[in-house]
Amino acid sequence: MNKVVVVDYGMGNLLSVRRGLEHCGARVMVTSDPDIILSAPKVVLPGVGAFANGMAQLRSLGLDTVVREVATQGRFLLGICLGMQMLLDESEEFGTTEGLGIISGRVVSIPSASTNGFPQKIPHIGWNSLVLSKGIESWEGGLLEEVIPGEAVYFVHSFMAVPSKPNHRIANCLYGGIAVPATIGRDNIYGCQFHPEKSGEVGLKILRKFLTL
Amino acid sequence: MNSSCAMQFGMKSICKVRNLRLIARLDVKAPNLVKGIQMEGLRKMGDPNEFARKYYLQGIDEILYTDIVASLYERNSLLDIIERTTQDVFVPITVGGGLRSIDDVGAALRAGADKVTINTAAIRNPEIISEVARRFGSQCMVLSIQAKRFSDHWEAYYDNGREHSHLDVIDWAKKGQELGAGEILLTSIDQEGSAKGFDVDLVKAVTDVVSVPVIAGGGMGRPEHLLEVAELGNADAVAMAHVLHYDHYSVNEVRNFCIDNQLPVRTVNVLDIGASH
Repeated sequence: MNKVVVVDYGMGNLLSVRRGLEHCGARVMVTSDPDIILSAPKVVLPGVGAFANGMAQLRSLGLDTVVREVATQGRFLLGICLGMQMLLDESEEFGTTEGLGIISGRVVSIPSASTNGFPQKIPHIGWNSLVLSKGIESWEGGLLEEVIPGEAVYFVHSFMAVPSKPNHRIANCLYGGIAVPATIGRDNIYGCQFHPEKSGEVGLKILRKFLTL
Repeated sequence: MNSSCAMQFGMKSICKVRNLRLIARLDVKAPNLVKGIQMEGLRKMGDPNEFARKYYLQGIDEILYTDIVASLYERNSLLDIIERTTQDVFVPITVGGGLRSIDDVGAALRAGADKVTINTAAIRNPEIISEVARRFGSQCMVLSIQAKRFSDHWEAYYDNGREHSHLDVIDWAKKGQELGAGEILLTSIDQEGSAKGFDVDLVKAVTDVVSVPVIAGGGMGRPEHLLEVAELGNADAVAMAHVLHYDHYSVNEVRNFCIDNQLPVRTVNVLDIGASH
């Protein structure tokens, strides 16, 4: 039940993701082997860095089709940071790059001015509170079930993943008044823009919940 | 905070809607945490992992390790300390001190660091900033600047504040950002270890010219110092050492002081953290 595979495609701090999941009681395997990934009940797609590099790495290892297959089969999939952004159709980071197309939507720059017109710092680095997305009444039954709205998690990103369907937005954080998607998802697929493995006890609650979904 | 920030901080400054990050700085001479006074003279404080864990449980936002003897690959080195820290500390970890090459940076990240700070190597070869940013992303490239105050400017020092680079701190900060630094760790050599407060003018001078986050370091002695450097200096984060290591204040006390003074910080559910302490 607690077996998790972390997809290793040569990007990101895999040790931290592994340590976080292990701390929550998971048996973790970090691998780029398609067969192991395809037989896993739960898959985590981590990642730090540029979108185009991430997609190129996934493709060169043949893992783009593998991750799509995981989603198609309805197994649990959690994308973290770049791993979340790659779930979408495309990104505008350094020109347009095609994504995995698992959740429809685009990855766009975080606006460099706040809603009241002030310049704001990009990247968005630091702790920010999770709030319910518009139209979402509660996080019950899902990945964020244990999280109390307002609890803070750790972000570091310059681009944001915006699903085209509003009901795929689960949680936001507010950055300069702008609603930045923090958690997105559909069916058994979730994406977190923040790093649950670096978000203290709140992040661990989220990882623990992923293990028991 | 949103609507009042124009009046409070002037049109030019960035609206303070982001939380001030509270960072514990742990200077390490493996295997010990040490505390220096103005970068000379060291005192052994104990096991750095225990300090990191304690601050994590108290709700620290990030941990910053600096190897002050730059002995990255020796036995029981900083890399071992980081590996142990990542087992029970789940906040971002930044590591620096003696990182000279892309390979050194890779080794630190593989050991579990999220970001690295580079000072000496960047002064000797500024291109390393771009190389690290390209290879690992600018979010993990923190340019460390050790600033010494002169009558009308500040100069960047290196080798733990011993060597003079002749670089003007403001120019160097701007150049560092252009080259790809994602953050700047700005330490005042003059204030370091003094517990008399940050060099607010220094922090303001740098935050005025760069758009990347600036971590203010050197001089934190009382929580009031945070208010000065955040509100007048526009610091995005503060690095605290002395004040935490000697238990003058706990992280929680510092955080509560910020909350009481309307300085935005991460909200921490004390039950989460208190329960395991």
